[in-house]
Amino acid sequence: MKRKLIFIFFVLLIGGNLSGEENNCIKCHMELEDELKAPAILFENDIHREYGLKCNDCHGGNPSVEDIDLAKDKTFKGAPPRNQIPEFCGSCHSNPNYMRKYNPSLRVDQLSLYWTSQHGKLLRKGDTKVAVCSDCHGVHGIRKAINPKSKTFPWNIPSTCGNCHSNKELMKEYGIPANQEKDYRESVHAKALYEKKDLSAPVCNDCHGNHGALPPELTSIAYVCRQCHLSSSELFSSSPHKTAFDELGLSECEACHGNHKILPPTDEMLGIGEKAVCIKCHEVDSKPYNIAKLLKQKLNNYLNRIDLAETLLDKAQKSGVEVSEPRFKLREVNTILIQVRDLIHGLNIKEIEEKLKNGNKLLDEIIEAGNSALKEVKFRRKGLIITLIFIFILAIALLLKIRQISKK
Amino acid sequence: MKTFWEKIWLYFDYRFKISDLAQLTKKKKVPEHKYSFWYYFGGICLFLFIIQVITGILLLLYYTPSADSAFESIQYIMSQVKFGWLIRSVHSWSANLLIGAIFIHMFSTFFLRAYRPPRELTWVTGFFLLLIFLAFGFTGYLLPWNKLAFFATRVGTDIVGIVPIIGEKLKTFLLGGKVISNATLPRFFWIHVAVLPFITVLILGVHLLLVQTLGMSTPIGLSDREVKEIPFFPNFVLKDFLAWILILGLIGILCVFFPWEIGEKADPFASAPPGIKPEWYFTFMFTTLKIIPSKILFIEGEKLALFGFFIGGLFWLLIPFLDKKAQKEEKSKLFFIIGLLILIYIIVMTLVTYFFPKL
Amino acid sequence: MKRRRFIDFLLGGGIAGTIITFLYPVLKYIWPPKQSEVIVKSVVAGKINELAPNTYKIFKFGSSPGILINTKEGELKAFTAVCTHLSCTVTYDGDTETIFCPCHNGRFDLKGNVISGPPPRPLEAYNVEIVGEKILVSKRT
Repeated sequence: MKRKLIFIFFVLLIGGNLSGEENNCIKCHMELEDELKAPAILFENDIHREYGLKCNDCHGGNPSVEDIDLAKDKTFKGAPPRNQIPEFCGSCHSNPNYMRKYNPSLRVDQLSLYWTSQHGKLLRKGDTKVAVCSDCHGVHGIRKAINPKSKTFPWNIPSTCGNCHSNKELMKEYGIPANQEKDYRESVHAKALYEKKDLSAPVCNDCHGNHGALPPELTSIAYVCRQCHLSSSELFSSSPHKTAFDELGLSECEACHGNHKILPPTDEMLGIGEKAVCIKCHEVDSKPYNIAKLLKQKLNNYLNRIDLAETLLDKAQKSGVEVSEPRFKLREVNTILIQVRDLIHGLNIKEIEEKLKNGNKLLDEIIEAGNSALKEVKFRRKGLIITLIFIFILAIALLLKIRQISKK
Repeated sequence: MKTFWEKIWLYFDYRFKISDLAQLTKKKKVPEHKYSFWYYFGGICLFLFIIQVITGILLLLYYTPSADSAFESIQYIMSQVKFGWLIRSVHSWSANLLIGAIFIHMFSTFFLRAYRPPRELTWVTGFFLLLIFLAFGFTGYLLPWNKLAFFATRVGTDIVGIVPIIGEKLKTFLLGGKVISNATLPRFFWIHVAVLPFITVLILGVHLLLVQTLGMSTPIGLSDREVKEIPFFPNFVLKDFLAWILILGLIGILCVFFPWEIGEKADPFASAPPGIKPEWYFTFMFTTLKIIPSKILFIEGEKLALFGFFIGGLFWLLIPFLDKKAQKEEKSKLFFIIGLLILIYIIVMTLVTYFFPKL
Repeated sequence: MKRRRFIDFLLGGGIAGTIITFLYPVLKYIWPPKQSEVIVKSVVAGKINELAPNTYKIFKFGSSPGILINTKEGELKAFTAVCTHLSCTVTYDGDTETIFCPCHNGRFDLKGNVISGPPPRPLEAYNVEIVGEKILVSKRT
């Protein structure tokens, strides 16, 4: 292992020397302080350095000479002002012929996308407070988005965006709220991302886009959600709600589930209860109101029976009876429950009832198995009582016998 | 004219000399006094051992000793086999009761000084029986191949590995490899159902023979007025029998209301669940090893503790030869205090394990 | 004398009764049970020729369902049938030759990898073995 490391070190040393002369920019900047030293340190971990790029590839100048005046020759650009940063990065990143040399699969449309984003539009108007490349990707410490330390890695994105968007002072000027990040962090998506470490859970850019970031239009929200929630969305499109929502100009998913703070859905959202979303639109005793009530009743009935089956099996198991068979069946019942919750988006009452009927049939079998398991418990206790009676008789008889013998 | 039954009796009596034996038992007397209660625990141990043999034989019918199917076969016994749950629960419960009864039997023998001459060897064989039954418990605990047993066994055999010089060798022999693995199960099974029963029969035979030939001891210092003599048969036997069936009832109640659990199947590659500990009768040693400082002066704490247990065990084994006062039919205060301290130590350490698991 | 006989009767009856109550479970125990075999790590998922090409069946693997698929090419494949999203039981969609979860349209390829939908992880694949007429499925170790 050690030998290998030494070998690699030498290869790097020789390779480094072969590919170019000494980098005097880094050498000098390392001797400077604070903000003049920082770029030299940060560049150590930069993706551009990994691809063999050097300071002059972005900033111009000549790193091979030691003299500072000679090094900062005609080609030297220094640090670009904020409003020129997109073009500065784009000079390479929008050039397909240049990018192909390094990473043929990387897109080259970031800059053109950027100009279509709210950020880009405002920058064009001269507002330099909006986000530019370096605000999201960093300067000099830029890493690939798939590197977990990168500012653009999924679980870092909410704080990257939140850097500005959670700043109340800053957002006030634009008349937009500053609670999106906080809301998002309470959402079911954040839970999947941070608690289950599920990297496929959406973060800001999955719905808003990244380089072309804009708030989605009301009508397109459903398409955004559809990327992942295909089945619920398709069901919704086939439901009577679809036309009604379109006519009313309601956003589809968002109307019931909200936007940034999308909480884990509950069964309480259905029906006519306090937390039900149906009664937001439907009046008391209207036909849809009654359907909501009926569906909720059926779902509740199903849930209660699952509860009953589980308690029965638990009780039997606690008493030591093996119930792995009905427990196996209970999984199918839960599959049906999850399907029914999904089917509710389609509002095809017949289909929902059919599903529930199948589930209830299975539940009948499980509950019966649970009851017979409890019967087994009773049988065991009865057997014990009979045995104990005999033991008791025998004990009494022995006691009497012992007394009788010892008297003699 | 002799009846049919009399003929049969005479046939066997002539060949087995039963009436001589009966004559002997009729003559046999057993002392009875205020401490007699404690003398029944020996019989209870014997009874529980017989239950273990019977239920053990029954379990062998369906149990398969391989890591692939051991857990499944227990599951099968508990769910598919009629009364399988009962047989297995009886085996597990009476195993635990047996260890408890052995401890009570041992300490009552100690405090009543029943080990004085000529009964020294009864004590010595009894001591070895204790070790054997602890080994029975240790090996039997792993056989269902569930998660808890797997990791408890790992902790237990790690302790074996600390023993100087032979430790690692002994551990490898027990585990069938350097670490506990699928190869361990058949070995533990072999020890549990073949090796240990064989040794038990030998030692238990000597132990029981000595009890019968030497008779029961009378505690030191009881006057003749305080000691009655009762016939061994039927008086003492009936009383023994009464104790046995009461224990039987207790086992029945335990098994119906608290059937022994199966747990989760062991996975050798999974990480150990937190707070793993061995069966209760090992916890006093386990906790001692856990709380002892890692270094005492220049010796490793664990090794020192193991050495302590070894010396303690040796001392306990040799008690009948060390207690000179008892040999002269006198009560020794010193040995009383030593015994009491050992008893308190075992109880306190066991309680600490269960009430302060984080220590 | 009468009292003595009563006690003897009680004693005899008690012993007989106790013996019977203990013998009964033991005799029941040693009688072969209905399911006469222990189910072990490998499970009989089906018989050969039971599945036509491009069809599937769900079988019980321990305490959870498994799915056995006969591909279009006639290759047998087995996976856990528990979807990694919300633990629904998956099915096989012969049309697209993918494993499909009906709950939220999760799709897996015939290696168990996620193709689309919400499942966060691939399905665990099992070993398939053919012994005589039987298709045996076991966990990969």
